[in-house]
Amino acid sequence: MTIRVVLPSPLRDLARVSGEVVLSVSAPVTQRRLIDALEAAYPMLRGTVRDPVTGRRRALVRFYACSEDHSNDEPDALLPESVAQGKEPYLVVGAIAGG
Amino acid sequence: MSGVRVLVGTRKGAFILTADGKRDKWQVDGPHFPGFELYHLKGSPVNPDRIWASQSSGWFGQLMQRSDDGGTTWEAVGNEFPYDGVPGTHQWYDGTPHPWEFKRVWHLEPSLTDANVVYAGVEDAALFRSSDGGASWHELSGLRQHGSGPHWAPGAGGMCLHTIIQDPTNAQRMYVAISAAGTFRTDDGGATWTAINKGLRSNYLPDEDAEVGHCVHHIAMHPSRPNTLFMQKHWDVMRSDNAGDQWHEISGNLPTDFGFVIDVHAHDPETLYVVPITSDAHHFVHEGKLRVYRSRTGGHEWEALTKGLPQEHCYVNVLRDAMSVDTLDECGVYFGTTGGQVYVSPDGGDTWQAIVRDLPAVLSVEVQTLP
Repeated sequence: MTIRVVLPSPLRDLARVSGEVVLSVSAPVTQRRLIDALEAAYPMLRGTVRDPVTGRRRALVRFYACSEDHSNDEPDALLPESVAQGKEPYLVVGAIAGG
Repeated sequence: MSGVRVLVGTRKGAFILTADGKRDKWQVDGPHFPGFELYHLKGSPVNPDRIWASQSSGWFGQLMQRSDDGGTTWEAVGNEFPYDGVPGTHQWYDGTPHPWEFKRVWHLEPSLTDANVVYAGVEDAALFRSSDGGASWHELSGLRQHGSGPHWAPGAGGMCLHTIIQDPTNAQRMYVAISAAGTFRTDDGGATWTAINKGLRSNYLPDEDAEVGHCVHHIAMHPSRPNTLFMQKHWDVMRSDNAGDQWHEISGNLPTDFGFVIDVHAHDPETLYVVPITSDAHHFVHEGKLRVYRSRTGGHEWEALTKGLPQEHCYVNVLRDAMSVDTLDECGVYFGTTGGQVYVSPDGGDTWQAIVRDLPAVLSVEVQTLP
């Protein structure tokens, strides 16, 4: 499956990309598989969106798709069908913090 | 003509400042990794073009970077720092046991003999080593498993291992310092460690002479005298002449002996530099004047160095890793401030000039002397 991902600008800078990144993710398409694919394609992003020890989303990173907040989904839950089909991007967002 | 390369870590990126041996005209390169905290950068003494950088962010965690071309380009290397075995607990601010949790890398110390080996001091306090160019990191867990480990507690800045010093004459000996645990020495390459805090007195501890619990801010050593150590403690400037077995105070006539940095002249092991800070309640320089103090007598007697430094309305701090010296014939001294200035003295402290004035708050300054 071809998945579209929008990264926050600090991670785009680290990965040396602009705009969306496109990943190939085998079904079933889950958050865990998507991040596995992201980190495999862009090793410099390892550990930036999820803690490398616990595997959990970093506290100040959020995941949005299809105008919904999927940040607290289980890592092995299926992503929305339109994301899995490449119709909608999966948004990795740096949370607003610090005032 | 030889020159210098100054590696500056700030709250919002890294900067590289270069000059020839005169040190009067500077090229400023950066920011590298804009927006990220760069706690420390340091070059390998074996291969000066290999530079390590600790890059971190409250959003995206810890990243590690390595350059093999003097800081022109960078490559992300391994950023996993797993504690060895079951991490256990240390003491939390309220005295309760708290699990060891990795937060960030405070300090990087490249090996004196192998460009692929580098040590990392981290928060929560532990020492890691990479022997494969930074691809992977392994804890030297004998330190954290020192019997006193469960009694270590964080200082206001966190429980960080911030100083790593290798003995250039003895590959088995190394020193580390932890806030707020104290100073430790290994004589077997990091397998086992001894607390070396005798003579330190800290009136914020129930037992002022406790084996551990002292808030050591920084330690310096001259490579020609590896048994002599100088320490800026939370309060007190201290000295040991027996590899840390016993310390004595050398604060002498300093206007205040609170501070963070301490360093030694490159060619005179009895010439020291500190920047007195008003107090632990007022983390800014004393009397609104930015003054470096120099002792030419190994401590006790200090002189204020002020030429070229602001002497009114100055309220910056100089953090623990933000001073360094070069090894040119006339030793250069460098420091950075929380106000974003980086100063150089090309004449051992007699006169100062700002290389840059408006960087983000400076966390660390390291200088490389280039052929």
